[in-house]
Amino acid sequence: MKANNYISNYCVIENNSVILNSGREFELQNGSFSEFAKAAYKNFNMEYPKFFKMDNLSKLAFLGSEIILKELVNQEENNNIALVFANRSSSLDTDVKYQNSIADKDNYFPSPAVFVYTLPNICIGEISIKYKLQSENAFFVFEEFNAGFITNYANLLLETNKAEKVLCGWVECYQENYKAVVYLVEKQGHTEHNEETVNTLYNK
Amino acid sequence: MKKNVYITDTNCVTPLGFDVVSNWDALLKGQSGIGLHEKLGMLESFYAAVIDSEQLDTAFSGISKDNHFTRLEKMLILALAPIIGQHKITNRTAFVFSTTKGNIRLLENENNPIEKAHLSALAKKISTFFGFVTEPIVVSNACVSGVLAIAVAKRMIQTGVYDNAFVLAGDEVSEFVLSGFNSFQAMSAMPCTPYDKERSGVTLGEATAAVYLTSDSDEVRQGDVKVVGDGAINDANHISGPSRTGEGLFRSIKSAFAESGLQTNVTDYISAHGTATLYNDEMEAIAFNRLGLQKVPVNSLKGYYGHTLGASGLLETVIAIESARKNQLIGSKGFSAMGVSQPIEVVAEKKAKEIKYFLKTASGFGGCNTAVLFEKVS
Repeated sequence: MKANNYISNYCVIENNSVILNSGREFELQNGSFSEFAKAAYKNFNMEYPKFFKMDNLSKLAFLGSEIILKELVNQEENNNIALVFANRSSSLDTDVKYQNSIADKDNYFPSPAVFVYTLPNICIGEISIKYKLQSENAFFVFEEFNAGFITNYANLLLETNKAEKVLCGWVECYQENYKAVVYLVEKQGHTEHNEETVNTLYNK
Repeated sequence: MKKNVYITDTNCVTPLGFDVVSNWDALLKGQSGIGLHEKLGMLESFYAAVIDSEQLDTAFSGISKDNHFTRLEKMLILALAPIIGQHKITNRTAFVFSTTKGNIRLLENENNPIEKAHLSALAKKISTFFGFVTEPIVVSNACVSGVLAIAVAKRMIQTGVYDNAFVLAGDEVSEFVLSGFNSFQAMSAMPCTPYDKERSGVTLGEATAAVYLTSDSDEVRQGDVKVVGDGAINDANHISGPSRTGEGLFRSIKSAFAESGLQTNVTDYISAHGTATLYNDEMEAIAFNRLGLQKVPVNSLKGYYGHTLGASGLLETVIAIESARKNQLIGSKGFSAMGVSQPIEVVAEKKAKEIKYFLKTASGFGGCNTAVLFEKVS
């Protein structure tokens, strides 16, 4: 399949720092993921109190998406931006917390607010809600970052007119190990969208 | 010119039987896999559709004597084995695996390393057993996963990367999932009754299902089905409840028809999601009405199988394909009086019906929806 699509913007979040389109935008010297996420939220002037109800996977996916989309997307318009996300640990970060809440029968407190986050696609639901993206979405799990698959899938959505743009994301999060690589694929841009360029983003 | 993609082989493993034939016979007799079960975690008793472990072990021993598989893995292998034997696995064969929770029960033992509970580890184990050479593609998109996996397989074949694909789906009843749905107060005290006036929530179930998709028309026989369109569009409304207007489902179905070039009035049958929660069933009725599909026969199979989560979309597609092959609709078990505000044509009792085009739909947490449109090959 021939594809003439481009990566127009990207954001990489790891090691308590945020890179947006090759510039380091924000860094927190010390701190847990929770502290870093809160500091990044403030730094980028996000005004979205729902953020604080999210689990860590959703916070990570939300930060990466928000940093790219907030300047680009007019929420009043109908934006056909598909969301294609993937990771290694699914929702296990929250799954373990939920399992702990039901492990002890004398201290049993299953919470619907936690249980709902025991599905990895909830994080793309959160992004969809923020930007009113009534668009194609899918969440995949791979052992390792799979640039080939995500690239082909995104190109197909564009070529079959199922989406005008595709926001792709690798959002891995388990306990304090996390990494997000989020990028927007569209018809215009500087960087050609292919497996090699996508791998380059991941390995930056 | 886009490639045509067909489903030619199907199988399923459920409390009603370990192949399509036994499931079909049980459905025609109106048998349900849902039963009352005692004590799990803090639940004194609960209704669920659970596979008998002894029967499972007996059936599995016919395939492998290997004993290092989990219960879910045995269910998965048992579903895929019969259809894989007839086909050659190559480096252009995709393995698409749908699940929401996989081997989540491994978390019950704190000594298990977390990697064992990875969905990709489960996929790899199944993949290795059958000798797939491509990287497994795991779809984990809540309750639409099983039907989305069909769309993903078909789309990836259309990219030209693969010639064919095996799609496998499975989820197991666990304390994890039971307690979670219970905490949402989403569980029905009685076996679930989709679209019925008295419905009061979900009954959970477990199952596995498998299908083979191919772009090679030489492999296609009369009665097989072609995947003619699909859509998987988010409501962008709420993470734990569907859109009141059914917007995402409406758009998913529209997208499937747009791709097919067909009008919605060709639809002969809809195999819907029908979880029997108040909001889901109501939302579906609204979406179907907005599309002018309110006169099309519709059923939910949840009254037979419960909600099998990541398996449900694929399992219900396998049964819908059987309905199309036999031109026979299955009654929507548990339905007696209309319980949604918009009129829909719920199939109350099994009946003969010529089926050429049919829809499979699903909706789930995170606001996700998927619709796939099929055409029977004649």
